[in-house]
Amino acid sequence: MILYAAIFAFGCFALAILMNLWKVLFADAIADRILALDTMFINAIALMVLYGIALGTGIYFEAAMIVAMLGFVSTVAYARFILRGNIIE
Amino acid sequence: MEQFFELLITAFLIMAGLFGLVGSFGLLKLNDAMSRLHAPTKATTLGVGGVLLASMANAYANGPYLSVHELMITLFLLLTAPITANFIAKVHIHQRESRNSLPTAGEDGAWATKNLPDTDEG
Repeated sequence: MILYAAIFAFGCFALAILMNLWKVLFADAIADRILALDTMFINAIALMVLYGIALGTGIYFEAAMIVAMLGFVSTVAYARFILRGNIIE
Repeated sequence: MEQFFELLITAFLIMAGLFGLVGSFGLLKLNDAMSRLHAPTKATTLGVGGVLLASMANAYANGPYLSVHELMITLFLLLTAPITANFIAKVHIHQRESRNSLPTAGEDGAWATKNLPDTDEG
């Protein structure tokens, strides 16, 4: 039963990532692209943790943690680049 | 007890999948830029939280001990989602709004994002 629920959640998050990809490619404002990219990072974290559940290992936790940190830093860096013209002043 | 945990994990996973899907669908569906900010930062964070809770319950039911390090990711995401949303809103104000289209900033005169020297006022 857990496996079927995990497959359902895999489908949901994969569809969510495709929607984000559509928005990254075809959005008309930069703010929307940054937002879609950040959402893609969060959905990727969810997919990694789901893969860990499906395989029954805890190895993917570290990868998910690092992706969470990289996603936050890259989103803030991108937004700051648009706002100020450089990232570290 | 095993049956209980199986139901709990299944419920968490299905809830998480639906919230993740709703969050990303809202990004496509909502038609105002600042409304679009709400869907991913709230619903998707809740979706990831559901997956992480399922992972914790799964580790407790099928593994040797309860793992709490998933709470670290949950805490990190809950801390960073508002900061990210604030930065994206600032980018929107910077690019799409002018001083006249914004509501008044009260006693400060102008919003910080728009409070530039006169020469490079956009």
